[in-house]
Amino acid sequence: MSTLQVSVYRYNPETDSAPYMQEFQVDTKGRDLMVLDVLHLTKEQDSSMAYRRSCREGVCGSDGMNMNGKNGLACITPLSEVVKNNKLVLRPLPGLPVIRDLVVDMGIFYKQYERIQPYLQNDTPAPAIERLQSPEDRDKLDGLYECILCACCSTSCPSFWWNPDKFVGPAGLLQSYRFLADSRDEATSERLAELEDPFSVFRCRGIMNCVAVCPKGLNPTRAIGKIREMLLANAT
Amino acid sequence: MVTNITNFGRSGLSDWLIQRFSAVILALYTLFIVAYLLLNPGLDYATWSGLFAQTWMRIFSLLAFVSIAAHAWIGLWTVTTDYLKPTGIRLAVQSAIILAIFVFLVWGIQILWGA
Repeated sequence: MSTLQVSVYRYNPETDSAPYMQEFQVDTKGRDLMVLDVLHLTKEQDSSMAYRRSCREGVCGSDGMNMNGKNGLACITPLSEVVKNNKLVLRPLPGLPVIRDLVVDMGIFYKQYERIQPYLQNDTPAPAIERLQSPEDRDKLDGLYECILCACCSTSCPSFWWNPDKFVGPAGLLQSYRFLADSRDEATSERLAELEDPFSVFRCRGIMNCVAVCPKGLNPTRAIGKIREMLLANAT
Repeated sequence: MVTNITNFGRSGLSDWLIQRFSAVILALYTLFIVAYLLLNPGLDYATWSGLFAQTWMRIFSLLAFVSIAAHAWIGLWTVTTDYLKPTGIRLAVQSAIILAIFVFLVWGIQILWGA
């Protein structure tokens, strides 16, 4: 029998005065399970536990959480990647208000996403079939459009923890650059004008926590650098 | 767009550029002073005073003072906006920092051209 020590953050604001850690013993039968599978096994022991999950294959971005101190998607994180000394500690994404147990309120995260206007803006009358783009211009969107908005990056960023109402955060900025870099988008100067204050982009200190945790292997720090380059080119 | 009125350049972009530019100036000034001290082991008052009597050294020093003033304003302003959440305390600390920077700058100019 191979027993894993699992410690899960529990908090139900209707009944608990403070959050606490609940201990579980989970029999993994020697398999290298995904963390989400372990959560299912703990929920069998205590069905009152709440967490988000949906596709269980790293596409929907629902089960972002903090596993042994590092953010990631529970469904695509094998135990062998995070477990040390046979212990697994699961906490909600840091910095966001907890609704219950591992479920966080992502309102402010989506608000920052909404702020960067994540849609194509083009006032030129649409051609009969579609707006064409050269293969080279399309290549510029690689590494940007793949974001699934799981919030692993933004909630691992101290700049976002301290100023989530003002700093757009790595996820929002990656998407901002996705539209700034799009050859079909015509709102480039309006978008840049919204970003030149000391918080929206420039609160990024380049510590690259976002790059270290992104489950899709994307690089928000690079995108933020590109936005800075565009702002600089536009203003000098 | 987030409005700010107590940061140095009123714009994140200009603050960001000034922070990097002033850092280069300060690095050059530091390297120069360290090299000068290493190359002049038995430094006496007359030599030191003679260095600062030259116009180019006064310009270089004033440039370094202005750079450190801007650099400190931008850097400490950022720290206050991260860690001081009550507006009254934040504004008071920012005002104190800006006043101190002004005093040190004028004092520095007086030392350079005073003696």
